[in-house]
Amino acid sequence: MKKVRKLSDMSPGESGVVENMPEKSGFTLRMQEMGLLPGTVIRFVRSGPLGDPMEIELRGYFLSMRRCEASMVMVAVG
Amino acid sequence: MQAAVQPREAPAAGARSPVYAVVGNPNCGKTTLFNALTGLRQKVGNYPGVTVEKKEGTCFSQHGNPIRVIDLPGTYSLSARSVDEAIVQEVLLGLRPDTARPDRVICIIDASNLERNLFLATQVIELGLPMILVLNMMDVAEKRGLKINAKKLERLLGVTVVPCQAHKGEGLIELRLAMSRRDLSVPTWRCSVPELFSTARGEVQECLEIDSERPEPQDCAEAALLLGDGITHAAPGGRPINPEALHLARKWQQKLDGESPGWRSELVAARYARIGEMCRVVVRRTHPDRPSITERIDGVMLHPLWGWAILGSVMCCLFFSIFSLAEYPMSWIERGTAIAGNWIGSVMPPGALSDLIIDGVLAGVGGVIIFLPQIMMLFFFIGLLEATGYMSRAAFILDRLMGKVGLQGKSFIPLLSSYACAVPGIMATRTIESPKDRLATIMVAPFMTCSARLPVFLLMIAALVPTGEASALQKSGLLLLLYSLGTGAAFCFAWVFKSTLLRGESQGHLMELPPYRMPSLKSVLMEMMQRVKIFLRRAGTIILGISILLWFLMSYPKVEEGSATDQLSQSIAGRMGQAIEPIMKPLGFDWKIDIGVLASFAAREVFVSTMAIIYNVEGADPDSSGRLVSVLRNQKRDDGRPVFTPLTCISLMVFYVFALQCMSTVAVVRRETNSWRWPIFQLVYMTVLAYTASLVVYQTGRFLGYG
Repeated sequence: MKKVRKLSDMSPGESGVVENMPEKSGFTLRMQEMGLLPGTVIRFVRSGPLGDPMEIELRGYFLSMRRCEASMVMVAVG
Repeated sequence: MQAAVQPREAPAAGARSPVYAVVGNPNCGKTTLFNALTGLRQKVGNYPGVTVEKKEGTCFSQHGNPIRVIDLPGTYSLSARSVDEAIVQEVLLGLRPDTARPDRVICIIDASNLERNLFLATQVIELGLPMILVLNMMDVAEKRGLKINAKKLERLLGVTVVPCQAHKGEGLIELRLAMSRRDLSVPTWRCSVPELFSTARGEVQECLEIDSERPEPQDCAEAALLLGDGITHAAPGGRPINPEALHLARKWQQKLDGESPGWRSELVAARYARIGEMCRVVVRRTHPDRPSITERIDGVMLHPLWGWAILGSVMCCLFFSIFSLAEYPMSWIERGTAIAGNWIGSVMPPGALSDLIIDGVLAGVGGVIIFLPQIMMLFFFIGLLEATGYMSRAAFILDRLMGKVGLQGKSFIPLLSSYACAVPGIMATRTIESPKDRLATIMVAPFMTCSARLPVFLLMIAALVPTGEASALQKSGLLLLLYSLGTGAAFCFAWVFKSTLLRGESQGHLMELPPYRMPSLKSVLMEMMQRVKIFLRRAGTIILGISILLWFLMSYPKVEEGSATDQLSQSIAGRMGQAIEPIMKPLGFDWKIDIGVLASFAAREVFVSTMAIIYNVEGADPDSSGRLVSVLRNQKRDDGRPVFTPLTCISLMVFYVFALQCMSTVAVVRRETNSWRWPIFQLVYMTVLAYTASLVVYQTGRFLGYG
């Protein structure tokens, strides 16, 4: 069963497929240019020692982003 | 859509050798490759009007012909949402009059991270310049089980592909051979675009065509960038953007926004889709994906407990080396300057000229090179941290902490380094990509209590606390208080700036955590030497000039007879000190202290030696300030009250905590922000703050009956 939830609500080690992201935002475009777009398979690797930011893996590389921004990305997990 | 594979004849390079531009993602080994190609034949400057560094070098082809190479800042895309990207775009399109228009492009991509790297590469391909695609880090890719068929990639994209391992020097000969080829093909690969966008681009392009010299794809690319908000204004001094085209682009933007709101994302998605198709053909997995070495190392490096321990030790090392280790070469430089001064004094007849050379020029030169040990050590460390990949881990761990005041993880090292000296600290801010965060860090870095404040604090504390029992504890307590006051101010003002002056829409904090790599020592050393050269040329000249000016102010007009004390009090600086006494009196400073405050603009510790001269203390060197302290304690004002009451001492220390009493910092901020606006603003706000804080301390103290 696939469940859609916020990227920031995933647990470490979980993988999923990006479902949607906010439209018309400069930051969304930046994420997309880095390869994070609807349909991309991502894995939440770990949170920082203080809980924020978080590290994700996509397209064979690691990316760090802050939770408040990750909460705008919806991911289909499972 | 079919990728065309028709190599076209490149525009004849003619008599002059072609100019190459080097582009690539951050962390793809671009700097290492550029350094390997050009060696020490590099020129580093600034693009006018912005803080982006401009790097150019000369490389020799296999046949020994010189080739000019422009190293462009590392970016992930060609859109112009950051200054770096705008520069890359403008240079590649030949829109910057200050930079030679590149004839050809070398695009470096990290083979182990092919998809994301190809995003920029395919954007560059569409600019229609003959291009060499360098597939760097082939070894890393193979270790990760990725076999890349370079020949297939070459056919699909229609560009020359050179596999390479820049850090080992492998593939460089092939690259040089490719660079001197005359028939480098112009890639014709294009990403398909939605029809509406294609129409819009075509119309804007029609409107743009004014430059018949330029190949057609460049007009097409410029039109696409205009539509995507890429270019909004002309580069300084460059060809103005056709207002008609701009107007048309804005009109089309509205239309596109209305008819398909997600058109910008669609363009990105279409490109990644094409790249995905290509990678499926070109890349073969030799063994299944498994946790990479990097991920396993990060399990420790980013561990909630070990991560902090490792970060702590790394920072201790860094801080120790610039704070303590650098002391040795710094004292050699001081001694060397003194010896040179004595020698000049012994061979030159005494007089104004020898004074100028010894106390003006030589002291000024000494004042400049004294910074080199710290700058070299800090940048060697930073180079290592960046080349290994640990820098972004440190930023990752600290991001939350620094985020509370609106800064980011990468602001930490510059601020930490500023405890030793703000000059290398401010130079270290160039690792921060976001211009606003970088500026905020620069603006507050001088609040961190640097080592030059220490002699002043130690002198004042000695004058304040009577020697006796428990005074050691009291002294260190006071010192700690002063350090926290400075640090607190830094964070407060970082927050203030980030929520007022330097606010603006957050660009977000997307940071790549690159794989761990063995650093190339040669490249690290070259980067370090570059910082040294930049400091000497850009900041050093200003520091030297101001030193000579300060020397002049303190030694003229000449007094016929009299001691050094008379000379100083009669000098221009002395008179200035007396002139500002009414302003400084509410802080508890008399004109003698004012002279010290003015003189310490050369370097804060100069305050101590100036006090020694002004109070006529023979042989007072900062290390054995015992005599000076007792002299200071016995100073009386005109009305018989002592000058250095505890309240005056505290007021003076508070002033030194906040004031930007350092011309070297001003000079280096000028160089790093590429304008006089920011250093002047910084000087003013910090001085106003220092004045206000001292005023409040002194007047409150007076009101409560102290002093």
